[in-house]
Amino acid sequence: MAADNSVLLGLVEEFVSGQVDSKATDTAKGIKTGQFTILQLVEALGLSLTSSQHQTRGRGVQLLSLVLQECYSCLSEREVEVLLAFYENRLKDHYVITPHVLRGLKALTKCSVLPPGSAVSILRSIFQDVHVQSLMLAERSCVYNILISLMESREEELKGLGADFTFGFVQSVDGERDPRNLLLAFQVARNIIHRGYDLGKFVEELFEVTSCYFPIDFSPPPNDPHGITQEDLILSLRAVLTGTSRFAEFLLPLIIEKLDSDVQSAKVDSLQTLAACGLTYTHKELAEFLPGLWSSIRREVFQTASERVESAGLSALSALTSCLSRSVLSSDSEDYLQVFLNLVLKDCQHHLCEPDLKLVWPSAKLLQAAAGASYRASLIVSAAVIPALLEQYNNRTQCAQRRTLLEVLQGFVQPTPLSRPADGEESVLVAFQQSLCSVVFSALAESSAGLQVTATRVLTALGQQPGLLAQTDVEKAVDHLTRLILEEGDTQVSLAVVECSGSLAHLHPKAFISRMIPRLKEEILSESNAAVRQRCVTAVASVSSQLSVVQESAPVLLQVLASAHTGSCSFSMEEVTAACISLQRIAAHAHDAEEIGQFFHDNIIPRLLGLALQAALQSRDSGHSPLTDEAVLSALVPVISTACAALQSGSASRMAAQAVSLFLDGDVSFLPENAFPSQIQLLQSQAESRGPSQLVCLLMACVCSLPRSVDIPEIDTLLVQLEDLSCTCSHLFSYTFAAKCFAGLVNKRPAGEALDAVLERVLKRISVELDNVSSSQRTQAFTLLLWVAKAALLRYHPLSTALTDKLFALLSDPELGSQAADGFCVLMSDSPDVLNRSCHADVRIMYRQRFFAENSTKLVKGFNSAEQEKKSCYLKALSHIVNNLPREVQLTELPALLPLLLEALSCPDQAVQLSTLSCLQPVLLEPPAALRNQLEALFSRLLALATSPAMKVRIASLRCVHALSRLPEHMVLPFRARVLKALAAPLDDTKRLVRKEAVAARGEWFLLGSPGGR
Amino acid sequence: MSGGTRLENANPLIFQRSGERLLTATDEDEDVADPIDDREIFDILSVSINDPEHPLSLEELNVVEQVRVNVNDQESTVSVEFTPTIPHCSMATLIGLSIKVKLLRSLPDRFKIDVHITPGTHASEDAVNKQLADKERVAAALENSQLLEVVNQCLSTKSM
Repeated sequence: MAADNSVLLGLVEEFVSGQVDSKATDTAKGIKTGQFTILQLVEALGLSLTSSQHQTRGRGVQLLSLVLQECYSCLSEREVEVLLAFYENRLKDHYVITPHVLRGLKALTKCSVLPPGSAVSILRSIFQDVHVQSLMLAERSCVYNILISLMESREEELKGLGADFTFGFVQSVDGERDPRNLLLAFQVARNIIHRGYDLGKFVEELFEVTSCYFPIDFSPPPNDPHGITQEDLILSLRAVLTGTSRFAEFLLPLIIEKLDSDVQSAKVDSLQTLAACGLTYTHKELAEFLPGLWSSIRREVFQTASERVESAGLSALSALTSCLSRSVLSSDSEDYLQVFLNLVLKDCQHHLCEPDLKLVWPSAKLLQAAAGASYRASLIVSAAVIPALLEQYNNRTQCAQRRTLLEVLQGFVQPTPLSRPADGEESVLVAFQQSLCSVVFSALAESSAGLQVTATRVLTALGQQPGLLAQTDVEKAVDHLTRLILEEGDTQVSLAVVECSGSLAHLHPKAFISRMIPRLKEEILSESNAAVRQRCVTAVASVSSQLSVVQESAPVLLQVLASAHTGSCSFSMEEVTAACISLQRIAAHAHDAEEIGQFFHDNIIPRLLGLALQAALQSRDSGHSPLTDEAVLSALVPVISTACAALQSGSASRMAAQAVSLFLDGDVSFLPENAFPSQIQLLQSQAESRGPSQLVCLLMACVCSLPRSVDIPEIDTLLVQLEDLSCTCSHLFSYTFAAKCFAGLVNKRPAGEALDAVLERVLKRISVELDNVSSSQRTQAFTLLLWVAKAALLRYHPLSTALTDKLFALLSDPELGSQAADGFCVLMSDSPDVLNRSCHADVRIMYRQRFFAENSTKLVKGFNSAEQEKKSCYLKALSHIVNNLPREVQLTELPALLPLLLEALSCPDQAVQLSTLSCLQPVLLEPPAALRNQLEALFSRLLALATSPAMKVRIASLRCVHALSRLPEHMVLPFRARVLKALAAPLDDTKRLVRKEAVAARGEWFLLGSPGGR
Repeated sequence: MSGGTRLENANPLIFQRSGERLLTATDEDEDVADPIDDREIFDILSVSINDPEHPLSLEELNVVEQVRVNVNDQESTVSVEFTPTIPHCSMATLIGLSIKVKLLRSLPDRFKIDVHITPGTHASEDAVNKQLADKERVAAALENSQLLEVVNQCLSTKSM
């Protein structure tokens, strides 16, 4: 003990007299480990604390405070009490000591065992004995922190101080200038306001000391280590100013005054602050200032050229209106909302009727902002504005003016979330329902495309609100839409019409079933213009979101496929594919509506399979049906897989059983029009291109997209057959899909011995095939390897490394090297038809990053050891892998790979060049340090590629050159002359898109290092 | 140019921007050569030059219009007429110079570039046209670093 004591004395001595700061940490460590107690420390400090020298006393207090900062948590209540008494007393001491005292107090206020009453006494002595604003920055921050932590822990006690607390705070914060401290001070002020401290008669004082910073103008110094932004300050000050309605009488005049400012950010800040007031204020606070506020807002919206000011003004108006709408009316007072809106209407309404429509947009936006604030406001505004607009519309004859009016009208028709009628209220537009409909219909009948597009939008908005379209109106609307689909060739119009039909059909399916679908069907199956038929097919798909419509529309599309197959109607290959795409869009609705999936399962899928099978079997003797075409089959795959992915477990199992028995046993019983030969073998490999074996893609669509919980019957036999087909078939389409199907099944199979056995068997077979250099089926084996590797990689199967290592080994293969390199693209990107998340595949997150992390070194090593002519395969593989990584990972990984990527730029393969350039471009925006030494190499390669024969390469390299102009000037200025000269050639490129990039890049490079440029 | 405190035309009429040029299939086709056309030159001018007084592009102020841009790719000539926002606009020379410089930087050497004011839209039309047509005066103007600074400011893209 005695020894400890002397150690402690030594430490104190060295700190106080020896000025060795590090001893404080040693002392704190001693106290934490229990070597000495605080009491012993105070005793040891005795002499220095009572010394007559300020410096020595200061040093003593400093040591004590530093120790307390470290170990305030292990103090007892009694110790805290004594220490507090000491510290409070020290506040009266010499100013040299005050900073250390405050630091000690700050540490003590964090104690959990603060004795009752001590918070009040601490604050009293701080407010009494310290003049905060004459302290240094760090000490001021100490005071604010003391306030904050006491407000957290001793709220009740502080409230007992009453308004004195507020006054003390006001005094200590008055004149603060540092942004870091201001953030703290604003936090205290916010707490005072929001937690209900007594403001007493100091409301105005508190407002004064905070509002003097409004509007905040602060630009952080460059390389600011504190990271405080203007936005932080603005938001925390706004929370203070708008926190209580008692500030209203001071704040609102201030806002009106600041809105006159010339500084745009001040205007925006004022308007946003006003909008924030709307949340806390009531009509009482606002009433007196409404005319002033309104005229300021109006002036800003009418006169500004800045979208920020305009949108801030509109939201402020909206907030004011919704605040007034909340107010409770008493019988004798006037309705402030009505009064305010009358003001708005008076100033804006007449602009809607001016002949030149000059201020129509700003007025309309103001009115819409007011109307959108509440249901009551929208009632008042609509009642005044809509009749006027309708009358205007009918009086005008020019299309452009009518369009403007209709667009304005659209803004009033679409309710906002705030102005939506509650249950039991009817839409504000009910009174104008008739005339609105007739305006919309007359606009739809006009020949102007812009007018038609706007009219469809208004129609959509009307349709979505109950009670605005009567049954007859819906029918009329459907007739108009049908006519437009059939007659209107303009792409914008047909897009808008189709969109509108889609949303109306969801709500009013009957009218579409009876009026639109039959017309479209007739048109599709007639010998009309291909473009019209295409529009009809698209429209059929977009109206089909309800089962009742799907039941009518999907058969129409099936009929297209059927008649294309029989040849009764001449459909081009594109039309057949388009029909498939439309079917897929319909199938996508099965995710939201289970019964649509069921309908596809019961009707559409069997018929599709039946058609495809008929086509495949028949083509042997008669001519080729379009349904044996690979493009059409590939388009059918997503139809089936989208529908199957949405099936519920019961029908999903049935689907699996039916598909497997069809493909394994030739069981055709579930197919309609059962006229198939009895012995069909679909998974036998054939050499011919249009044979039944290519239907394996449909098998994949049926079984690989079902939910993972579904058991596939006879899966082992199926896997064996698929493996055989994919290894032995010589038809590219068939063996690729067999491999994909195999992979899709393997990916979902539960982990266990059975799965491992399958994988090992297939790995062995692939190895044998690949090792046999003379074998004609090496490509097949490679394809199977690629897809199985992907299936295993996605689910992190332990065997995946063995499989991908085989792929890496193939990069140096003389025949398969290039294909293997491209295979990495398949491996790393999402494939659209199988092994993706929408097919319920087992895809682990971040598998790409993991793969990259595990294999990038292998790749670099392989590249370095490869022969010169093989290197390009490695580069290609690398660029595929890197290109598919998320951007953030690319940015961190690229510096290491930079030499390799630069190498890749000089590789002759255009695909490699292109993907490398697209990796590089984002990196060049924030160049890593490693790049700075390589600029010379980079520029010479990029500029050489600017005249590459491939247009995409030229564009990408010019984009990179453009990005480089943003590098720090001293780095790139030496290259300016060279770049400008080299970019002169692409200015005369034959392709416009290249010239566009060249113009942009050269413009920036001209500005570099030139006065007024950058 | 002395950073005037009052704008000459404080509240100009603003015109709608024509949308982006639509991409056609031939634009993507490697084998088709796209000639330099009016719209292309118009796009170069409308997007990248800002009015010195307003934060608006020349297209929004209707200073350049596509119909007043004429290009002949075969004969390598470009002619651009621009319309100052008001007849007494003192910025007319500067706008013209900016257009000229932008074209010099963006077009191949082979082009002969002619920039002039739309007839009848400016008080001192002839004087300005003469200045813009004089090669030496344009070159001399660009030697003047103060003038170059202002031109470069007009040509700096907004995003920077």
